[in-house]
Amino acid sequence: MSSRSPRFGVLHQSNITMFFFSLALSFMLLAGGLFGSEARAEYGDIVLNNYSDKNGIRPVIFPHWFHRMRYACKSCHSDIGFPFKAGGSKVNMLNIISGEYCGACHNGQIAWSVENCDLCHSALPNTPTQVHNSVLRAPK
Amino acid sequence: MNKRQITITSLTLFAVALTALMGVGVVNAAGNPNPFNRLFVPPKERDTALKNDKIHDPSVPGLKLLQQPKEAFAPLPGSIGGNYINWVQALNKGLIKPHFDHLDASKEALSMDLVIVMEVKGSMPNVAFPHKEHTVWLECTNCHDSIFKPLKGANPMSMAEIMLGQKCGVCHGSVAFPVTECRRCHTESKKTAKK
Repeated sequence: MSSRSPRFGVLHQSNITMFFFSLALSFMLLAGGLFGSEARAEYGDIVLNNYSDKNGIRPVIFPHWFHRMRYACKSCHSDIGFPFKAGGSKVNMLNIISGEYCGACHNGQIAWSVENCDLCHSALPNTPTQVHNSVLRAPK
Repeated sequence: MNKRQITITSLTLFAVALTALMGVGVVNAAGNPNPFNRLFVPPKERDTALKNDKIHDPSVPGLKLLQQPKEAFAPLPGSIGGNYINWVQALNKGLIKPHFDHLDASKEALSMDLVIVMEVKGSMPNVAFPHKEHTVWLECTNCHDSIFKPLKGANPMSMAEIMLGQKCGVCHGSVAFPVTECRRCHTESKKTAKK
């Protein structure tokens, strides 16, 4: 008995953290298996990557759902001039800063302005230009 | 750490990792090979958090400032596809009040109440296109004449065309409710139409 007790003592004290760490790891693995790898972004979320990746910044995500709750389609697709096609406009930072496209509102007066880079440039690098969950597949 | 401790530590780790891997296998393969939504996550189980949606980069600090869809959608009426929100009902009930003009919040849409019934060749009911529901979001020039000629019967179309992003498919299938919600367009019984 006297030779056994230190062994269990060692097991209990030094491995308890390790045990919980491995337990956490196994739960993470399990969760990874349960919830596959396909994207679950909102229907209509637009990824814009005409220039971003080439210029070393994350692509842009435009959440349609957020904007359609606050503005009718017409205000962006007529007044501001966005065509009905993902990546169809020539929007870039230069024309945004001069008040065109996103810059019509994202000017610090109607909505937050361009210094909040990562609020728009928030997509995973190399995400292609697309409408998420569209019947039209993203170009490969 | 002595030799025995290292052995015990590595054995514990190995055993737990093995259990975890087996768990993943059991859940994916043996759990139930024929779940109801084999390729889809059912809407109620969908995790819509921006950091988990697989297009947002979870390492972006700004994500914390952005509104989460789940929070925004909570008070809105549900639907069976797309964002799982019935946007027309949400608007009619006044739960959302989208501005018609980005510079003038008081400007209101000029809605037009005109229903165009389109005869359908197949077995589905005819389509009743309501201008009213569309003109609260859009103005005439968004569709006329670039997408639809403003003349009844002058716009032949097929579901294939719509699913390729033409005609109704410019919006329906990308932003407006998707073509899986058949009965929201195909509403007019052919029997009543033929009288």
